Amino acid sequence: MSSKKAKKDDSIDFTIDGQKVQAREGWTILETARANHIDIPTLCYHPALHPWGSCRLCVVEIRQDGRTNVTASCLAKPAAGMEVLTRSERVENVRRWVLEMLLAECPASQEIRDLAARHGVTATRFAITDPAEECLKCGRCVAVCNEVVGVRALTFGSRGVKKKLETPYRVPNNMCIGCGCCVSVCPTGALQKRLDTVRGDISRRTGASFAH
Amino acid sequence: MKKIMSAAELQDLSQTLLAASDPDQPVARVCLGPGCLALGAEKVSQAFRSALKKSNANFKVQPLIKTTGCHGLCSQGTLVNLSPGNFMYVRVKPEDVPEIVETTLVGGKVVERLLYSENGTRYRTAADIPFYRAQQKVILKNVGTIDPLDIKDAIMAGAYQSMAKALLEMSPDEVIHTVEVSGLRGRGGGGFPTAYKWRRAAENAQEKPGPVFLIANGEEGDPGAFMDRAIMEGDPHAVIEGMIIGGYAMGAHQGFLYVRHEYPIAIQHLSVAVQQAYALGLLGKNILGSGFDFDIQLNRGAGAYVCGEETAIIASLEGRVGEPVVRPPYPVELGLWGRPTVINNVETWANVPHIIRLGAESYAKLGVPHSTGTKIFSLVGKVRNSGLVEVPMGISLGALVEEIGGGVPGQAHFKAVQTGGPSGGIVPYELKDVTAEAAEKKTLSVDFDSMARTGSIMGGGGMIVMDNHDCVVDLARYFLRFLEEESCGKCLPCRLGLKGMLGFLDHFAKGEGTPEDIDALESLGQALVDGSLCGLGKSAPNAVLTSIRYFRDEYLAHIVDHKCPAGVCKDLISFSIDPETCDGCGLCAENCPEECITGKKKKLFTINPAACIRCGVCRDVCPVNAVHVA
Repeated sequence: MSSKKAKKDDSIDFTIDGQKVQAREGWTILETARANHIDIPTLCYHPALHPWGSCRLCVVEIRQDGRTNVTASCLAKPAAGMEVLTRSERVENVRRWVLEMLLAECPASQEIRDLAARHGVTATRFAITDPAEECLKCGRCVAVCNEVVGVRALTFGSRGVKKKLETPYRVPNNMCIGCGCCVSVCPTGALQKRLDTVRGDISRRTGASFAH
Repeated sequence: MKKIMSAAELQDLSQTLLAASDPDQPVARVCLGPGCLALGAEKVSQAFRSALKKSNANFKVQPLIKTTGCHGLCSQGTLVNLSPGNFMYVRVKPEDVPEIVETTLVGGKVVERLLYSENGTRYRTAADIPFYRAQQKVILKNVGTIDPLDIKDAIMAGAYQSMAKALLEMSPDEVIHTVEVSGLRGRGGGGFPTAYKWRRAAENAQEKPGPVFLIANGEEGDPGAFMDRAIMEGDPHAVIEGMIIGGYAMGAHQGFLYVRHEYPIAIQHLSVAVQQAYALGLLGKNILGSGFDFDIQLNRGAGAYVCGEETAIIASLEGRVGEPVVRPPYPVELGLWGRPTVINNVETWANVPHIIRLGAESYAKLGVPHSTGTKIFSLVGKVRNSGLVEVPMGISLGALVEEIGGGVPGQAHFKAVQTGGPSGGIVPYELKDVTAEAAEKKTLSVDFDSMARTGSIMGGGGMIVMDNHDCVVDLARYFLRFLEEESCGKCLPCRLGLKGMLGFLDHFAKGEGTPEDIDALESLGQALVDGSLCGLGKSAPNAVLTSIRYFRDEYLAHIVDHKCPAGVCKDLISFSIDPETCDGCGLCAENCPEECITGKKKKLFTINPAACIRCGVCRDVCPVNAVHVA
């Protein structure tokens, strides 16, 4: 940000942790933070996908016009004069608890353990249901298959605590073109181990998905 | 039936129908509300019809048997209202019907034994009963008096007159302005100013020309709440009329009624009402010759509590999985199929015709400033008179619970109220409002802002009254379990946090844990409030957080003393038989499912604590109250 003259009309001035930053039109708070090398942890966010807002690790505290609000920075758009705090007590409280939940949700994932340790969380008070689980149901694989690949071979099944990653009708499906996008976007590597529960017999692909 | 093409024709129809009806005609209005239906109201109405057929009485005018929506005093069902005389009969059974027909419909006299009695006084008409006396029926005016399946009955009661006035005499902007001045706030729980939503949607539609959609939120999933159900079942035309007026104000031509699948009667009544309104030309093209078109489509929910959240409703209507998405953008900007959409609660829509009818200023005089109008509550729990009540906003909690509710049954005393369903809080009954002006009142003022200051919410209108035999830990646990089940599972804090919170409470209910765990639970609750994606997760910890705030001692009693003061949490209580009072009847031993009570007739009985499952059957059956809980 060399001078005020260089500032385009559509850019937005605000602060993150007291540092003056400038967002281009359409940028989210997270994108602005990344452009300014300010670290905000994320798991479900991926630059190639529409933000989904499920992991809630990227929450920040926003102060504006005397009001404060904690919200997901991957979805929130900045406004001029906004004060964004990435390490306030309220934010850290959410983050610490989410990381504790993640340690119980996917205890087998080294990535999650490392991320939690970086934020000082090494143990969890939540009950561990499956010690071998790595999937955190962030939704990246579902989104990439739907938005980027366009075949919708993956979906979420059930609801609430029973929610899990499934294929339509819970059988390996021939829609899957075996591109591996889901595996490459998975933040914990969980999908690599279950790719064969998704991918059907490629030689039997028919219909619309065959066109791929 | 011929279509109505102008306001004059609507007026004519109403007048003709009124002229044709005989004011002397005896009418029996049988309540077919959910409470009465469960108590056999269907059989009562059939009994009336067959008793009339059998009766050889010489009627001047054949009596009319009308089945209506909820009369309100659900704990006393089946309720029957008879005119002339306006007698209100309670706890009517099919076998009482021949006597009612002979004595009241034929003879015009009252059947004393069927009247409602309280403290030795018998009350003849509903208006005399204390339960109804303190109420103010505006929205429920026609619920319980009209036949919801007959549009003619509704028109006689004045339905669609407000719509005629709005469509033919007012400009769309005047309608929005009227709603604005009336001060109407969303009745679904949030209390958001309705006119603000309407105006934003209308403005957004002007910026990006195209359709605007309206949705009536009838996904009333809170346990113990039946306000919207009563409106949809008892006066479906009020909702339809409100939506047409709203549609005219915002330039919308399509409305959706989103009603939960578990309300089959509401769905039936609404679909009949919509059909009849179409047949009369009150829906469809060129309504009343005004040139305004409006269509309504009925959609059923599929049993997900989270589909009461507005973005989840939109997802569900679009055919996607009913999961919320982040707001902003709000539905008034980007709603159904990307178009500005206004979602109001059923009760909010039903308020609209009354605002037009009464005028904004008169409506605003109801209630208190910033919370105008009346609010419908479903008053349940430990009160003598549970049921559906409508009161002006700002009524004191004491008046609502004691005057209308009739106090707590038995020897117990009031402890707390839980408002706003699972997302609401538990506040002590004695709580005074924090503002000085409100604190002068006997108890808390029931309005949006006062309720919010206590940490609870006004919510949709569920009000559960608790006495000293109810445990706050247990109730908070019940609501958490409900929400854990109903969480969509999209965001981590809600999906796993609720499970974690429930884990803490499960420990507490067993007397496990440390006082530090209470602080940890509070901090986890705050993480859910701040971190969750939608309103369900953000408000889910309310019951836990408010109960810790006001009843920390009760939590500590569980953890430190390993006692449940209310005698509810099974792991912390034991049943014993008082040797002084036991008369040796043996009923407890006969009924004990575990057969762990032993003794000889006429001698003392004892409970084997090792085998006892603390179900409480012995306490319930003991005729001399010799079974104690500690």
